[in-house]
Amino acid sequence: MIAFVLRRLAQTFAVLGVVALIAFALFNYTGDPIAFMVGQDATLEDRARLRQELGLDRPFYVQFARFVGNAVQGDFGVSLRQGRKVSVLLAERLPATLELSLAAAILALAVGIPAGVYTALRRHGVVAHALLAASLVGVSLPTFLIGILLILLFAVQLGWLPSFGRGDTVALGGWTTGLLTASGLKSLILPSITLALFQMTLIMRLVRAEMLEVLRTDYIRFARARGLTDRSIHFGHALKNTLVPVITITGLQLGSIIAFAIITETVFQWPGMGLLFIQAVNFADVPVMAAYLCFIAVVFVVINLAVDLLYYAVDPRLRIERGAAH
Amino acid sequence: MTASAPLLAVDRLRIEFPTRRGTLVAVHDVSFEIARGEVLGVVGESGAGKSITGAAIIGLIDPPGRIAGGEIRLEGRRIDALPPAEMRRVRGREIGAVFQDPLTSLNPLYTIGRQLVETIRTHLSTGEAEARARAIALLEEVGIPAASRRIDQYPHQFSGGMRQRVVLALALCAQPKLIVADEPTTALDVSIQAQIIQLLKRLCRDHGTAVMLVTHDMGVIAETADRVAVMYAGRIVEIGPAADLIHRPRHPYSIGLMGSIPSIGGSVERLVQIDGAMPRLDAVPSGCAFHPRCPRAIERCRRELPELRPAGATRAACWLAGSPVEQAA
Repeated sequence: MIAFVLRRLAQTFAVLGVVALIAFALFNYTGDPIAFMVGQDATLEDRARLRQELGLDRPFYVQFARFVGNAVQGDFGVSLRQGRKVSVLLAERLPATLELSLAAAILALAVGIPAGVYTALRRHGVVAHALLAASLVGVSLPTFLIGILLILLFAVQLGWLPSFGRGDTVALGGWTTGLLTASGLKSLILPSITLALFQMTLIMRLVRAEMLEVLRTDYIRFARARGLTDRSIHFGHALKNTLVPVITITGLQLGSIIAFAIITETVFQWPGMGLLFIQAVNFADVPVMAAYLCFIAVVFVVINLAVDLLYYAVDPRLRIERGAAH
Repeated sequence: MTASAPLLAVDRLRIEFPTRRGTLVAVHDVSFEIARGEVLGVVGESGAGKSITGAAIIGLIDPPGRIAGGEIRLEGRRIDALPPAEMRRVRGREIGAVFQDPLTSLNPLYTIGRQLVETIRTHLSTGEAEARARAIALLEEVGIPAASRRIDQYPHQFSGGMRQRVVLALALCAQPKLIVADEPTTALDVSIQAQIIQLLKRLCRDHGTAVMLVTHDMGVIAETADRVAVMYAGRIVEIGPAADLIHRPRHPYSIGLMGSIPSIGGSVERLVQIDGAMPRLDAVPSGCAFHPRCPRAIERCRRELPELRPAGATRAACWLAGSPVEQAA
């Protein structure tokens, strides 16, 4: 078990190193940040001096080594545009993105799993067919369009919910939360639905497919032949067996939710890391972009690791095989 | 048969599968009875309708298949048209089932103890501790060594033969009066098969449980069954006491089946092989469905369907079975 975790950690560092390299290399071709930083009338000497101060005149590999060395210590340098430390900028934006992503993930699971189970058990029912048809919309409509349509209906037409921003926030230590104020909660509704809709339909369809698969197995048939109740068969025996693949996809999707919050945050002007990233892209703010990409990579590998560990909790076959290997 | 109602009575059972190209009839007018404690062997080739007849008795025919006619009675009470909730209480409590593959019959994510306790508590009003004690006793009875330790293990920690023993314990744990065993040994090693059959025989004798033993293994039938029903193309073509049916079969198809049993110690002759294959459900021939493969078919067999009628010690559905036919091979 410990060896397994250590092996996965080693893989994690390898992945992060590659991501850092790719991110850093890509951003060298996104434009010249100096051009954005200085005014039209700056002299060539001014530009050269600034370039030297920031270390941008050094060879690529020196810049990268310095970037990695600092990043390991949590120092992603200074934003070229805002002149503030990138780590501070990200830390300020992190709570907004995490709250939005978690709200979306919980919404997606809370609706997706029951809807998937329902459509599998009542697969010939009218409601199940309606849900499946509706889920096609969720899968195929792009996120920004869903967001705009929601804004049009609930913010513009009905005026029930705010169309942008995060509402009032409360600071708890270093963490600003919108979950404790009425306006913060109201502001969360539309963005989290927008962000959750795709994942929700994906989870629903996945749970349905897995559930139908499991319901055809011999052990479900044998459970029926023993006269167990439908409730025990469906929610005890069948649902637990559908969870292994569902955990995998959900875990990976949680990573995507955080990563793809960029679009939702842009549509709703949600002050999270995604919005910060988009603004950074516009100004070729390389330190911010690189730090953001590294952060997303960390999120993905951490979630992957957590998913692998969750398998052990669900599936006894893995526990034994690993146990026997030591 | 005694004067009291038989344990199980199947009367003119008909099972249909509606398909896009018309309705296929998987089982035609099948009637048989099983007495208390009796082992009825049901034999035939794949697709003869054996397994689906067993599935009908436990009320688990896979849709779109359905019972289209006839009755199934358990101790005189009709069970083929019970509401699902009542049929559920019959399954496990009054009729147990054992399926072919022990490797896939157990839920991989629960310990066998949990599966046993859940089944016991579904049917009998016992507490958790009592159900667990009963589960351990059952595991010992089916021959699981160190049952009190192994009860907390998962199915993958048991071998195939051991898993089939667990399956038997699960089928028996609410003391059903009848067990429908559908090819219970087919998926096992030959050396394990005999053990499981012996165990099934012993358990049913001890508990007074009747068995409907569906198999295509004539050796298993010869060793276990009190009576045998031979099915072909959805009908029973011969039914009677096991010894008579095995040694003096009357229907040409039964004669062919019995001729395919290799006997140890007997003079070595060629095993009989029945030429051809059983017809598909959508292309059953007119008259007796066996006539295209029958070595003795006469003109009447092509036109008229024979009913089951007494032929020696058994009853056979054959126009020629009234007159004794010498055993082939």
